[in-house]
Amino acid sequence: MRAPVSWLRELADVPAGATGADIAASLVKVGLEEEALHGGDIQGPLVVGRVLEVTPEKQKNGKTINWCQVDVGQNGQMLTEGTPQGIVCGAHNFKPGDHVVCVLPGGVLPGPFEISARKTYGHVSNGMICSALELGLGEDHDGIIVLEEWLGDNPDVVAGLTPGQDAIELLGLADEVVEVNVTPDRGYCFSMRGVAREYALSTGGAFRDPAGIEVPEANDTGYAVRLTDAAPVNGNDGCDRYIARVVRGVDVNAATPSWMQKRLTQVGMRPISLAVDVTNYVMMLLGQPLHAFDLDTLSGSVGTRRARPGERLKTLDDVDRALHPEDLLIVDGSDTALAIAGVMGGESSEVTSSTTNVLIESAHFDPTTVARSSRRHRLTTEASKRFERGVDPDVTAAAAELAVRLLVELGGGTPDPGVTDIDHRRGREPFAFDLGLPSRYVGLDYPRDEVLATLRAIGCEVTEPSGVGDVSDAFGHGDVVSVLPASWRPDLADGPDLVEEVARVRGYDQIPSVLPQATAGRGLTHGQRTRRVIATTLAQQGLVEVLSYPFIGRDLFDRLGYAADDVRRRTITVANPLSDEAPLMRTSVLDTLLETLRRNVARGNRDAAIYELGLVTVGPEQVRSAPVPGIEARPDDATLSEILGAVPAQPRHVAVAAAGDAEPAGPWGPGRPFDASDAVAWALAVAKAVGVELVISATERAPWHPGRCAQLALPDGTVVGHAGELHPKVVAALDLPARAVAGELDVDVLVAATGEPLQAVALSTFPPAHTDVALVVDEAVPAAAVEAALREGAGSSLESLVLFDTYRGDQVGEGRKSLAFRLTFRSAERTLTTDEVSALRDRAVESAARATGAVQR
Amino acid sequence: MSGPNKQYDPVEVAALDPAAIEQAVADALAAIGAASSLEELKAARLAHQGEKSPLALANREIGALPPSAKAEAGKRVGQARGQVGQALKVRQEELEAERDERILVEETVDLTVRVPRRRLGARHPISLVSERVEDIFVAMGWEIAEGPEVESEWLNFDALNLGADHPARQMQDTFFIDPPELGLVLRTHTSPVQVRTMLDNEPPIYVLCPGKVFRTDELDATHTPVFHQFEGLVVDEGITMAHLKGSLDAFVSRLFGDGTVTRLRPSYFPFTEPSAEIDCRCWICGGQDPNCRTCGGTGWIEMGGCGMVNRRVLTASGIDPDRYTGFAFGLGIERSLMLRHGVGDMHDIVEGDVRFSTQFGMEI
Repeated sequence: MRAPVSWLRELADVPAGATGADIAASLVKVGLEEEALHGGDIQGPLVVGRVLEVTPEKQKNGKTINWCQVDVGQNGQMLTEGTPQGIVCGAHNFKPGDHVVCVLPGGVLPGPFEISARKTYGHVSNGMICSALELGLGEDHDGIIVLEEWLGDNPDVVAGLTPGQDAIELLGLADEVVEVNVTPDRGYCFSMRGVAREYALSTGGAFRDPAGIEVPEANDTGYAVRLTDAAPVNGNDGCDRYIARVVRGVDVNAATPSWMQKRLTQVGMRPISLAVDVTNYVMMLLGQPLHAFDLDTLSGSVGTRRARPGERLKTLDDVDRALHPEDLLIVDGSDTALAIAGVMGGESSEVTSSTTNVLIESAHFDPTTVARSSRRHRLTTEASKRFERGVDPDVTAAAAELAVRLLVELGGGTPDPGVTDIDHRRGREPFAFDLGLPSRYVGLDYPRDEVLATLRAIGCEVTEPSGVGDVSDAFGHGDVVSVLPASWRPDLADGPDLVEEVARVRGYDQIPSVLPQATAGRGLTHGQRTRRVIATTLAQQGLVEVLSYPFIGRDLFDRLGYAADDVRRRTITVANPLSDEAPLMRTSVLDTLLETLRRNVARGNRDAAIYELGLVTVGPEQVRSAPVPGIEARPDDATLSEILGAVPAQPRHVAVAAAGDAEPAGPWGPGRPFDASDAVAWALAVAKAVGVELVISATERAPWHPGRCAQLALPDGTVVGHAGELHPKVVAALDLPARAVAGELDVDVLVAATGEPLQAVALSTFPPAHTDVALVVDEAVPAAAVEAALREGAGSSLESLVLFDTYRGDQVGEGRKSLAFRLTFRSAERTLTTDEVSALRDRAVESAARATGAVQR
Repeated sequence: MSGPNKQYDPVEVAALDPAAIEQAVADALAAIGAASSLEELKAARLAHQGEKSPLALANREIGALPPSAKAEAGKRVGQARGQVGQALKVRQEELEAERDERILVEETVDLTVRVPRRRLGARHPISLVSERVEDIFVAMGWEIAEGPEVESEWLNFDALNLGADHPARQMQDTFFIDPPELGLVLRTHTSPVQVRTMLDNEPPIYVLCPGKVFRTDELDATHTPVFHQFEGLVVDEGITMAHLKGSLDAFVSRLFGDGTVTRLRPSYFPFTEPSAEIDCRCWICGGQDPNCRTCGGTGWIEMGGCGMVNRRVLTASGIDPDRYTGFAFGLGIERSLMLRHGVGDMHDIVEGDVRFSTQFGMEI
């Protein structure tokens, strides 16, 4: 909401020297956040000029410009001192003798546009003759401002016009406009009346209510109004008050006075025509949206009803709209739809240049009904914005009366004596309020008198029980009063609402700072600590943590080579994605991490190793809707479990991806590219860091290379994830560097598998004994199988077993490979003899031979 | 060599001639002094201390002397050998020291150039700020609560007093899950975690709810559709707005530096009443620099929203609003990161370029 300072001064006591910034600060204090300061940005010389000569000159481009001599008087600028100035002007709505507004070289107009003497159309133009638009005063209807017309309602001022006179002061151009952000609970602040009331509240100064005008009594001779509502929303009638007033013989083509144009422009509205401008002006002043109908297009009466299925209405914005049965309509006597109530009028009953008789509608519509219509039709208007947030139902009559008065005064109309006021409002209910609540809620002492004064200052009617202090509310608190909030404060519905009022009027800056003593916490959970360890481990392994948006495209799973029945294709879809290219939620972190890898490589980060920890979404096998119960109480357990059950599972994964060199080339020698074993090693490191030894087995799984993919599982067989080199087709489809590697683990599985205290193994201080064996097996035998068999045969004194070489070639034969292992034995009781170590090694080899057909080389 | 001979006059034995011994010593010392390397010194040792050296030979002659002459000759030869041995030792040490020094010089490596021998990893600064914030609250006895990112509408909106027709619900720019009848959204804040916590726990509740949230904003220099925030929730007996202010002050002074304070401005949120906007005293200029780039010269930086938990929210979450009161607040992690570390463009935070995270390392 934009509030011009000069307008605010009419409604509230504003200190003479107060600037826009001062006023904004006062408003911020009571909760109206400053959005911007406008205006006051014109710099002189901007002066009154008297046109001496006008010479039209036809130009090659077909336009005719006027070369004017203008007396700009003694204006304090050397250049023009005393002498008439030559100014080029494109407008034609003036003649010699007229007084106009001239900005002279050195002046600045809103924009900002600095004005200088410049050569144009063959002349040096010493400034510019200004239009209302250029000065931020309104629209250009007929060209430049002719002051005799602009100030027409002020003959004394016109008579006193002098060339050289300061036009900034004359036109009130120094006037600043304070723009504040209005929160949804403060609908009444979408009006000068509301802003002024808040300003007065903040400063303690006087407030002059512009709605406090005398209003004629309603009678039964007014225009016929029939309110119906067959389908109230939430039990509330769509319209609970409707005032209809008629003004006949209005000259709708009469010019809107300059002061009104200026104010409308200042608050951000475009002056259009008298009838529309008057309704907008009243809305801006009082917050009550009005509608002006061309009376002669209506068939005898107006009323409300809900729309019928299939019904349509062409609204003022020239859109033919399909109406919804929940839309509340204004209809006339022949049941023709005239407007979507509280949102926008229709074309058929619009006030046009041929209108003479006007029907003014001032009504109060149900906020929910208006909100839904506005949303349904994607049509947010000044009216809907106000109705949605609640309009003061007590201002309806004053608004209608003010509009009638203005149409009479400015348009020469005659009001009908008939005043229709259909009033179905339910009475507002007072509620009990404990005067001690503000102190208890805020932690600052608010004396009883202060609380009462604040409540009354914001318009509440407060009724104190006869015996003060001996009434308790339901909770045993004493000193309870009955509070009926003001009609413009539908947001005040319970105690804490009033606490906020008391606190903001004293000032939030008075609230002390007290640290609450929390109960002793348990620190991070095992899962939270585990995640930190995983993240730190990967960073220490040389990977860089990144974040990616979890949105993916519909074709990604094809590019990743997923089979048609792969469960990872079970997704959930965003109904309104930012991009139609990426409407699905990822089912693996790699879905989006690989794109991040590609972006890094494309940006020149050729050797990149990245990781991300994040949630993935498992599309449910069967979708269930989450119920939406009321909030009057905790939902029952069944409903609650339905709500929680409808939320899809979202396990936390960690994924790694890398391309390029693992170790860079340098003076020490060539680099080493990442290979599949790096991805597996990272997975093992992650698990080891949280105390889990993963079991590795070869597997085939998209998006990995079928011969270079390791499955990683817990000792009990639960799969934790996969790692290896990406499939060459995936690499090509995702535009990744060749041989890119990747892995993904389910962190939740690791978390669930850990947390029990690890039991330490006692360390032996006897010397270790090393022995090497080379075993030849078929190519198809995984090394892990040989390793497992060796371990089994070697028994408990085997301390470690490392594969240190793999050989393929003539010496072992086609389709065979040699695996060289180093076995380290150590006994807890004594130093092992060479013979004992040999025996253990032989047992290990026999075991491997039995299990895998291994032959010792 | 001569055999024992009682008539043997030591003075007549050439090898034991004092002049000869003196000469042998002088020769040895000269050779030792001339040795410029350990190899040359080794040769000198062989020549002057070895078995065939003049002094060794002289020493051997002593045994043939008559007992009366042995003592004197022994003394003379012993002194000479000692003198040579000492010179050898000294020279040996000198040359070894020289050698050691030379080796160190020869082994000099130029380490002034950064050698990327091992890959350096890094955490994402959003994670680091988030963990830092978590630690601040954990140190105050709070716990960390988390929840899903795809969330039910009831928990994301309704339970927070944001009914379907509430004007504020339109301000949220929500991603809905298809079809909308499912009643699922991408959570627009971490407040549903607050509700989940209250549904599951009896007060006292002191929790921080950090996490990823979603709004339908296009990515630009200051907005991102996927961002991170942390919300605090306290529900206990006798909790006041002063406790809210105290918690916020404690937090900002720990994250942005001692003495940093907050300012509350009246505002509106459906889930809190009373509600406030949180401003933080500019920790760069302390409100002293009208041209400060961090706060724009206002002295204050907008940080988020807060308030006393709305009674309706407590009720919907199964908490007795007549017995307990509570406060809640919400702040953005991206914003904290941008302000605290001078990050100028949101793109850098969200695009996953390794150069961004690498700047920060492992601690922030």
